[in-house]
Amino acid sequence: MFRNQYDTDVTTWSPAGRLFQVEYAMEAVKQGSAAIGLRSKTHVVLGCVNKANSELSSHQKKIFKVDDHIGVAIAGLTADGRVLSRYMRNECINYSFTYESPLPVGRLVVQLADKAQVCTQRSWKRPYGVGLLVAGLDESGAHLYYNCPSGNYFEYQAFAIGSRSQAAKTYLERRFENFTDSSRDDLVKDAIMAIRETLQGETLKSSICTIAVVGVGEPFHVLDQGTVQQIIDTFETAAEQEDPATEPDAATGQEAAAEQGTAADQGGSTDEGAAPMDI
Amino acid sequence: MPKEQANWSPYDNNGGSCVAVAGADYCVIAADTRMSTGYNILTRDYSKICKLADKCVMASSGFQADVKALQKHLAARHLIYQHQHNKQMSCPAMAQLLSNTLYYKRFFPYYSFNVLGGLDNEGKGCVFTYDAVGSYEKVGYSSQGSGSTLIMPFLDNQLKSPSPLLLPAQDAVTPLAEAEAIDLVKTVFASASERDIYTGDKLEIVVINADGIRREYMDLRKD
Repeated sequence: MFRNQYDTDVTTWSPAGRLFQVEYAMEAVKQGSAAIGLRSKTHVVLGCVNKANSELSSHQKKIFKVDDHIGVAIAGLTADGRVLSRYMRNECINYSFTYESPLPVGRLVVQLADKAQVCTQRSWKRPYGVGLLVAGLDESGAHLYYNCPSGNYFEYQAFAIGSRSQAAKTYLERRFENFTDSSRDDLVKDAIMAIRETLQGETLKSSICTIAVVGVGEPFHVLDQGTVQQIIDTFETAAEQEDPATEPDAATGQEAAAEQGTAADQGGSTDEGAAPMDI
Repeated sequence: MPKEQANWSPYDNNGGSCVAVAGADYCVIAADTRMSTGYNILTRDYSKICKLADKCVMASSGFQADVKALQKHLAARHLIYQHQHNKQMSCPAMAQLLSNTLYYKRFFPYYSFNVLGGLDNEGKGCVFTYDAVGSYEKVGYSSQGSGSTLIMPFLDNQLKSPSPLLLPAQDAVTPLAEAEAIDLVKTVFASASERDIYTGDKLEIVVINADGIRREYMDLRKD
């Protein structure tokens, strides 16, 4: 697409009223590996695809804990994402210190968006090349936001960003109306299945995806590989159908996961033989 | 012309005593719960003990407003550490951080007399004792606060640690069992409450061992 004339710096408008540098930054997000988020009334789940540069290297960390009640998944320039996570963590710590209460998610995303906007209006800066799915809990409930490099932010019931995210979005669009009242475990299952959509044929295993949950009475944390593999196993064995696994199964499965976790990991590694180095 | 004196002080002393004793695989940290100002009691139920990390607890006497600020500061720094290193701070690491934090305000100090207690990376008990500006030392036991002059000699008598100047270096931790150490601490506070007017009301005891952290209370003289 010929649009090279007005794209040299971010402070130049195109005649059509566009800032190409900002749009190019959004392209960087689309090129990154997929990240998805979905929420119910009480929980928010984030998931991402672990892309490693080669079989020898570890995969990049794309999900960050920001505070007990907030976490973020990123897609795009992960270095930019790391820096923004550090900013978010600092803001949460400072707010907590001053007000002795957790920073409301809505406030944090606005600060993040304003920070991103600054980079779209300074000639010596460039926009952040990362899209952030911010998952958090505050007094008004569970929230999922998407922060763009442009400085815009939107709240979502469910969303997917990054490469091949359209497949996940289609999956989520079909089912989002049920999410509000979903149980925590069903939400996690839906997240994993959405991730599977972006893999488009690749076998789904726990080393390829990372899942994190935050909810009422549940501080933000990343699920360990064993737990994720257990959940994958429950619906892989049920083939293409909707997973009918009962909650007690999932619950006891997760309790046993701690012991079986390492075994499942090692079993998975030796079986597949090429799981990327996990740090 | 004689030097003009301030007619207002930014500091106050809220009194109270703190003690910590390190064992082979446990650590006992205790402090009374009386908060006073001058000859008055502000409250009989104020905790001077703060959990800084999984295996690290700090007890501080002195000016409680400064103590509170110091605790908040350390808690925030610990959160940053956890984000960066994906693990809890060890007790010796927290000890150094506390020292640096105190010295940072060398010319307007935290009026806070601290004892830090916990388990080191090998699970052995450790106690660190501080002055108001961050000078610290790893010891087997220590006391700070208004009753420390009464308590310390008694602990020396009971727990006589070999001097750290001796060679070969000897263990500073006490050979006492956990239950014996707790008993000792209770005795020590009961005695201190008799003669120190700022110590009394209730004793809060925190015990750290491999199983985790546990809290106990004991009544002290209320006069």
